[in-house]
Amino acid sequence: MILFEDVAKTYDNAEYAVRNLSFEVEEGEVVVLLGTSGSGKTTTMKMVNRLIEPSTGRISIGGRDIMAGDPVELRLGIGYAIQQVGLFPHMTIGENIEIVPNLLGWDKERKQTRTREMLALVKLDPDDFINRYPGQLSGGQQQRVGVARALAGDPQIILMDEPFGALDPLTRDELQKEFRNLQERLRKTVIFVTHDIFEAFELGDRVAILDEGRMVQIGTPHELVHEPASEFVARFVGSVREKISLFQ
Amino acid sequence: MEQIIQLGPEILQRTYEHIYLTFLAMAMAIMIALPLGIFLSRSASSSLVAIVLGITGIIQTVPSLALIAFIVVLFAMLSLPTVGVVPALVALVLYALLPILRNTYTGIRQIDPELKEVATGLGMQPSQVLFQVELPLAVPVIMAGIRISTVWTIGIATLCGLIGAGGLGDLIIKGLRSIRPDYLLAGTIPAALLAVFCEVALSMVEKWVKPKRGTA
Repeated sequence: MILFEDVAKTYDNAEYAVRNLSFEVEEGEVVVLLGTSGSGKTTTMKMVNRLIEPSTGRISIGGRDIMAGDPVELRLGIGYAIQQVGLFPHMTIGENIEIVPNLLGWDKERKQTRTREMLALVKLDPDDFINRYPGQLSGGQQQRVGVARALAGDPQIILMDEPFGALDPLTRDELQKEFRNLQERLRKTVIFVTHDIFEAFELGDRVAILDEGRMVQIGTPHELVHEPASEFVARFVGSVREKISLFQ
Repeated sequence: MEQIIQLGPEILQRTYEHIYLTFLAMAMAIMIALPLGIFLSRSASSSLVAIVLGITGIIQTVPSLALIAFIVVLFAMLSLPTVGVVPALVALVLYALLPILRNTYTGIRQIDPELKEVATGLGMQPSQVLFQVELPLAVPVIMAGIRISTVWTIGIATLCGLIGAGGLGDLIIKGLRSIRPDYLLAGTIPAALLAVFCEVALSMVEKWVKPKRGTA
């Protein structure tokens, strides 16, 4: 449902941020963009909601070219969650979650119901949390609110930029598991950016590996391990095997 | 003391003029500096920002008495009124610009750019990002600029008595010319009280408008 056709992004200095990007994210699928910093994974993701606009090529959602319409309208239909700083410190948890419903012009009652629903969904007690400020929450709790906010407008597509990046390993593990459970119920189309290969393999239906602005391979975790398309992928995946062997 | 009390009605009149002058100058300075600061915070050209802040900075370094004198000369050349409220207001507004302008600019600029990007990514229009995210987070810094400007303006407004704009400076100048301590005190005490009062009151407003974040 999200289709990239030979997409490239160049900046003024003529350097490619990404190039030759052609891939598809199917409805209800989680595609993880995996790569080191500077690989172009975040650029790729931000082109979907036009925070960055492609220089050449075409991106379409459900067959419609995303450059054709109004960017604000496009974004209102796409959930967006990022690492830590994402919550607005001057707004309560409830106000943060209500941002998109507000922008969509929902009535008060519908907003309130939705906010409580979302908090319950990410396992935070609505009565306890709705009037607190982000600064009063732990990192893991803030991340849950971030996910709740991304889901609040009931978008079909969700973009997540290292949403669990700044958490301690135990909390991250817990949130990853809950993400899987949620996804099984909600079946959203998700593009998820991470530099953590474990996270990528845990969460992605398919994983796309990016290196220096090119997508070197996209496939299921199984495919990447057993049929690496290049030396680079083999080495990247191999690093996991090495680490796992430490525990065996 | 009794002599000062006899001056009561005049003190009230001059205090009123002083507040009027300060308030008018501040209202005008805010109307100019706030939008200009917001505009600068969006400007991609750092040289434009440097030029505008530089010019207001230079105005600020000119001694206030010299600035008033300069405006009188300028107004005389342009055949505009050289005495009264108008030239006084021009001087006060020019002087009040910098703290508001600089604080509006830095108050908005200091906000984490990622926060603004998230706001955009969630689907806010640029004006919604400004009013729902940037200004609420910048308002304590902007208010601090307004407070500093106000206190300065109260001080500099005393000099405007020299060009017939009234205010408490009028009493002070009278006192200096005729060596009358009662006039001097009748001018200086209310001026000082007014400055202290505004400082305290605006500090309280600053705390009040500060976005609540709760305590961790």
